[in-house]
Amino acid sequence: MATPLGFNSWLRVAQAAALAIAVWFTLGATDAGSRYTDLNHRLMCTCGCAEILGECNHVGCPNSTGELDELKTGIASGLSDKEILNSFVGKYGAIVLAAPSGQGFDVVAWIAPFAVFAAATLGTILLVRRWTVGRTQAVAVDMAAMDPAARELREKIRRETGGDGGI
Amino acid sequence: MMGENHVGDQMAAFGSLCLLIALALAAYNLLAGAVALRLLATGRQTAVSPERLADTARRAGIAGFVAVTMAAFVLVWSAFANDFSIEYIYEHCNRALPGPYKFAALWSGQEGSLLLWAWLLGTYGFVLRLTHKQDVKLYAYAGTILASVQVFLLAILNFAAPPFSLFQGAPPEDGRGLNILLQYPEMVIHPPMLYLGYVGFTVPFAFALGALMMRYPGEKWIRITRVWTMVTWLFLTVGIFLGMHWAYAVLGWGGYWGWDPVENASFMPWLTGTAFLHSVMMQEKKGMMKSWNVWLIFSTFLLTLLGTLLTRAGLVSSVHAFAQSSIGTWFVVFMGLVLAVCIFTYVLQRSHLKTEHHLESLVSRESSFLFNNLVLLTACFVILWGTLFPILSEYVVGNKVTVGAPWYNIVAVPIGIFLLLLTGVGPLLPWRATSFKSIRRNFVLPVIAFWVTLIVCLAVGVRPWVDGAFDTGHFYALVAFSVAAAVMTAIVSEFLRGAGVISRQTGRNLFSATYLLTRRNTRRYGGYLIHIGVVVIVIGLAGAAFNRNIESEMALHSKMSIGPYTLECVGATQDTNPNYDSEYALLDVYRNGKKQFQMAPEKRVYLISGQPETMVAIHSLPSWDLYVVYEGSNPDTGLPIIKAFLNPLVGWIWAGLVVIVVGTLIALVPSLSPATASVRVPLRAAPTEPALKGGH
Repeated sequence: MATPLGFNSWLRVAQAAALAIAVWFTLGATDAGSRYTDLNHRLMCTCGCAEILGECNHVGCPNSTGELDELKTGIASGLSDKEILNSFVGKYGAIVLAAPSGQGFDVVAWIAPFAVFAAATLGTILLVRRWTVGRTQAVAVDMAAMDPAARELREKIRRETGGDGGI
Repeated sequence: MMGENHVGDQMAAFGSLCLLIALALAAYNLLAGAVALRLLATGRQTAVSPERLADTARRAGIAGFVAVTMAAFVLVWSAFANDFSIEYIYEHCNRALPGPYKFAALWSGQEGSLLLWAWLLGTYGFVLRLTHKQDVKLYAYAGTILASVQVFLLAILNFAAPPFSLFQGAPPEDGRGLNILLQYPEMVIHPPMLYLGYVGFTVPFAFALGALMMRYPGEKWIRITRVWTMVTWLFLTVGIFLGMHWAYAVLGWGGYWGWDPVENASFMPWLTGTAFLHSVMMQEKKGMMKSWNVWLIFSTFLLTLLGTLLTRAGLVSSVHAFAQSSIGTWFVVFMGLVLAVCIFTYVLQRSHLKTEHHLESLVSRESSFLFNNLVLLTACFVILWGTLFPILSEYVVGNKVTVGAPWYNIVAVPIGIFLLLLTGVGPLLPWRATSFKSIRRNFVLPVIAFWVTLIVCLAVGVRPWVDGAFDTGHFYALVAFSVAAAVMTAIVSEFLRGAGVISRQTGRNLFSATYLLTRRNTRRYGGYLIHIGVVVIVIGLAGAAFNRNIESEMALHSKMSIGPYTLECVGATQDTNPNYDSEYALLDVYRNGKKQFQMAPEKRVYLISGQPETMVAIHSLPSWDLYVVYEGSNPDTGLPIIKAFLNPLVGWIWAGLVVIVVGTLIALVPSLSPATASVRVPLRAAPTEPALKGGH
């Protein structure tokens, strides 16, 4: 008769699978990439259409063609991504970036959501643990004070109804 | 002509009078209702009994609905009568405008859309007041609170944004016409649906606040408001998706969601409303999370007001610039008042909201609801934060920034995937507590589905890198597909477990057993169907990571290729009608060398405004949409410019919405009575929770 897998066995299977997937993920990864597409999706069209530069679809848009040409020129002249983005910010202002930069007050835009999520998760876990522990202690006190016959009956009911049943 | 103007002036005066009468009636409803409820609470004796006073308030609310209906009718009638002596009609209509769009003019501008809001609130109030015998006192509280919101709206309509203002000077021969972006069939449905959702949340808010004010015993008010909340949530959901489809089919950029502030404004109350629908089950079943639920519904209502503020006050840059004005101050003041009343009532009555039970385990259905709420509210915060950060940045450092799709894709998408995971995990966890054995039994199949999907996706080329560089979109898509497969497996196996039990007990086939299972607990299995709809939508959304497009000038018989298709330009044609001129590019579409069909993307020029608009041609398959835009002609060469997109899995998004609608409708149907639903369930074969008891 086959022995059912224990928790540790399942954990090892999961670890091995995760490792295999991680190896697969990294296979074939090289440094080559489409910088042009990447960068034109990190910039906004400045004509007021509120579109990503690479997705602006206005025929005869007064700005997007010029911006895209500037981007191509920047890439061709060997500038880094940061230098290209800085040159756009210098010319059009910070509003040309499709997302806040990682500098100055903009950092707050990136940190706040994750900080709030982390704090809320931690708070929820602590709250649930506090409730759970409080209840366990209350039950323990209750059980200690209980008549042995009643305690036996209660245990029997618990065994027969199972711990993970529904309502 | 003079006669026409005279009639127009009279109609405008009648409409204004209706609004004034409606305001007076709403004010009476509020004051008389409040006095009556106070007298009932204190037990003071007066000449007129409080019950009678409350009934007059209720009747005033019904009469107010009639008055607002008359005002709305007058505005629509004026649109159909081309009465340009009314400034609103001049601004939003013209003679050549087709009939359905004249009807839509009611909500195309600031004043009209506020009138629609007041009318919908009046309609909800009318239904509520007619059904007051379910619980006279609670309904009296709810009706009075609704009246306070109605007073606010009607005050704006009478004093700040009157829809019946007359045109200064001689009335023009023709109007300026409807915003061309709104001249699309879905625009006749999308805004009313969205408003039905927005306005509808006032009803559960009113019940929650009323129940708190009167220290309503038990959770009956939740059962009373459940249908209201679910119907409202459904309207908002459908409204949001209709807006997405409109953006997809009209704006011509190949996408459906741009994280525009106004889109975000509709999404935020949807998130908190969804959280409320889940957590309120904890209160109904276990007497838990009472304060939390009250604040969730308060927040949802406040977010609908905030959404309106964002839409109307021009606080943030938005492509939805067709209804901006200076009524923001009114909304800020009203929001402040609502918040103050909510806080005051909560502080005064918080002892009434003490929880009856606590959680027993970190791994249980209860805590999954808690985490579901946590994630939904975090998503809401993230969207609010992204929407308001440009204002905050300008205020703090004097530097306005853009918070666009790249930011949301990095911050919000992982939260969405986590939420999807909870959609599958939550229903598999039993109430109270669970064991490792139970987890293993319920989660083996979903975990296998996750890994199999992940490996298959990698094998068929869905990889998290493009041209050798890591691609966030592809990575998220890969994770989303895998999690979606796990969640789908979890939900389907829940159906099959329950249906299998019934099948063995009754000898029915599996299909019939599934039907019976669903009928016996419509809330639970309707809810599961909604979850399936969400999974289908997520699969559709994940497809966006693989969108492709190509743009080209196309001379006659020139070709362009995208994916498996080759498009050949075979000509162009023109059409005209009193409202606009059209140009169509005619494109034969080939696949594997065989002609499959013809597409005719259109470009319109509206005669009254001279503005151009694209009408996208879409060929939709389950695997992808071929989406073709006729962008116009190159002024130098005269050749048409065609942009073609191949958008994978978009059809799944609309299919998912249909599943959600069906699931919600099923959840609204009462379950078969317990007497006919009791079936002995063997312990070993039992589903995670007895299929025949309780709600979702």
